[in-house]
Amino acid sequence: MLGLFDKLKEGLAKTRNNIFNNISAALTGKKNIDEDFLEALEEILISADVGVNIALDIIEKMRKDVKVSTTASLEEIVKLIKKELTEIIKDFSNPVLNIENKKPAIIMVCGVNGVGKTTSIGKLTTYFKNSGKSVMLAACDTFRAAAIEQLDIWAKRAGTECIKHQHGADSGAVAFDAITAAVSRNIDILIIDTAGRLHTKTNLMDELKKIKKVINQQLPDAPDEVLLVVDATTGQNAINQIQEFNKYLGLTGIILTKMDGTAKGGLVFAMLKDLKVPIKFIGVGEKLDDLRVFDINTFIDALFDTEDFNIKK
Amino acid sequence: MFDNLTEKITDIFRNLGNKGKITEDNISDALRQVRIALLEADVNFKVVKEFINKVKEKAIGESVLKSLTPDQQFIKIVHDELVEILGSTDNTLHLTVQPSIILMVGLQGSGKTTTCAKLANLQKKKNFKPLLVACDIYRPAAIDQLKFLGDQLNVPVCIRRKETDVVAIAKEALIEANKLGCNLLIVDTAGRLHIDEKMMDEVARLKDFLKPQEILFVADAMTGQDAVRVADEFNKKLEITGIVLTKLDGDARGGAAISIKSVTGKPIKFVGISEKIDGLEPFYPDRLATRILGMGDIVSLAEKVEQNITEEEAKKLEAKLKKGEFTFDDFLKQLQQVRKMGALEDLIAMIPGMSQIKELKQMMPGEKEIKRIECMIQSMTKEERDNPSIINGSRKLRIAKGSGTSVQEINQLLKQFEQSQKMIKQMSKLSKLGFPGASGGLPGGLNLKDLGGLFR
Repeated sequence: MLGLFDKLKEGLAKTRNNIFNNISAALTGKKNIDEDFLEALEEILISADVGVNIALDIIEKMRKDVKVSTTASLEEIVKLIKKELTEIIKDFSNPVLNIENKKPAIIMVCGVNGVGKTTSIGKLTTYFKNSGKSVMLAACDTFRAAAIEQLDIWAKRAGTECIKHQHGADSGAVAFDAITAAVSRNIDILIIDTAGRLHTKTNLMDELKKIKKVINQQLPDAPDEVLLVVDATTGQNAINQIQEFNKYLGLTGIILTKMDGTAKGGLVFAMLKDLKVPIKFIGVGEKLDDLRVFDINTFIDALFDTEDFNIKK
Repeated sequence: MFDNLTEKITDIFRNLGNKGKITEDNISDALRQVRIALLEADVNFKVVKEFINKVKEKAIGESVLKSLTPDQQFIKIVHDELVEILGSTDNTLHLTVQPSIILMVGLQGSGKTTTCAKLANLQKKKNFKPLLVACDIYRPAAIDQLKFLGDQLNVPVCIRRKETDVVAIAKEALIEANKLGCNLLIVDTAGRLHIDEKMMDEVARLKDFLKPQEILFVADAMTGQDAVRVADEFNKKLEITGIVLTKLDGDARGGAAISIKSVTGKPIKFVGISEKIDGLEPFYPDRLATRILGMGDIVSLAEKVEQNITEEEAKKLEAKLKKGEFTFDDFLKQLQQVRKMGALEDLIAMIPGMSQIKELKQMMPGEKEIKRIECMIQSMTKEERDNPSIINGSRKLRIAKGSGTSVQEINQLLKQFEQSQKMIKQMSKLSKLGFPGASGGLPGGLNLKDLGGLFR
């Protein structure tokens, strides 16, 4: 198994190469940093999904800090961008999951449709089991066709139990039963899967709130974690998603999925700048152990690993 | 951000105070706003660049039409250009061969399986006999999901659970279609990353074997900057014939649509507008352009109203309103009609300008409140419904008991009803004067805004 840094590096290879190649292309044939280059840089940043505001901010600062006549080297520019991006997220402490000393700890997982909730739960289960915890799953997505079956298959793969009702059943009732079962069987962690819903649908968001209330009435401190799953391919709409889900549920963290493969690391900065919900896990591949604890410093280092850049130089 | 692009542009031109001609000077700010807005809406930056240049070219030197102000003229140019990019002369399906085959492809979680079922539903109505083919052999329970949806629609589903080669499944599907007399195969495939060579090869093999008439690339409307690359790769590998844009019922502006359309040059054929099985519609470029500019989608709303409210009903109500007779019965009918059209919040989003008002969303009654109001009205006698002024203290108490509510709530309802009666009277006066919109939209001039007002 690759270490986290390497895995991240591998997962972020696309983003990184994209940024480096584009910057070096923009620099080609230029002796100085000029307006053309700054404009190209702005587009490079935007194309990595960092968001328009951050991109404009960074360019503005560069315009001020760097004299336009400065001889441009790729290394310096990358260093500058790294500095600016680190600045954005400097107040951000690395989050820990609030699951110790609870029995059972309740983790509620939500998100819009198709972001990878059920798959992430499958991976989370493996992650917890590997660290010696007993895990139980609750199939509260009673809406989508075969969602229950999908979660059940993951439960079987991980060798855990899945509490379920039929399709169309009341999701609050499933949560209730699952908690009762988890308590009586002395389970360490109960993960609750919910149906995907667009954050704009008030009635569905209310339903989610109700599930949370059901959980809370049974166990006063629960849910201990309310995690929102966000697809990293999503554009700036991710910000709206986080805002709305946070408003309804009070999120404790984010799982950022589908980070492998494409140029989208920038979303992390857009998310952290405007919203103070910590990213707790990221999905960097399709294998069971490809869900990793998110560490912002490792992330930045992997994104700006200068080893690659030296080779290119 | 995007909502007020139109507003921002208006402001810019107002500050300029320049009428007559659009010049390079007086549009640079406006162009910048459009650029930022498009980027914020996740339109790919390269596409934005091209777009801005085109708009600039068209706008400069254009003399302002008499009927329009410079800002309106500029917005019109932007709008028309958007429509041109998004539009395509041909967004129909070409299913002339027997049996015809549609292959669905896309990233994970874009909504392929759901769209397969929605498409089957749509084509069934056009007298096709579809067969759904389950070629997603990777995602747990993907086959079950398709089977469930097929059963719901009464459409057969070809399933080979033990088979690990998708081409073999496709082969059997052709035989099964022949046996069942199906003339349309809709093939669901696993979600895959465009950079996953092995998986891309698999779907390419499937394509080579099936030689489908349509290869539809299913894309999430919320996709970011990367949409361009993903669509491009899928198109290069498979030569897609069209695009389905899903999850357009959220608040994403759908900027990805512009990116995908311009990079592939392939038409957007359908849009997904709800989780329900009938939530797939043909694509209309002007509607999305309007949405991208934050100008609402009044055409879709009008259509929805048309679908759900018969002309006869509307006329009856209008006649009543003209006479100033709007009773609780009419009110109840209106409520029920609006409910038939779907979630109120979705309807509101289609009204120009309304999507910006966040408070309005909270103001809208939920299903529960509507039900409670229904209960209250249904607990009234016929006489009370026709003539609410006779409702006195003891009647109120009876209605409250009958509907499981309180006298306070009844009072509230009565007050709101009175207010809306007044509003309707004003509206019908306006419509007599020929005000557009006053009698359009919902029948009889009662519009959603009034309905919203009823629950404040």
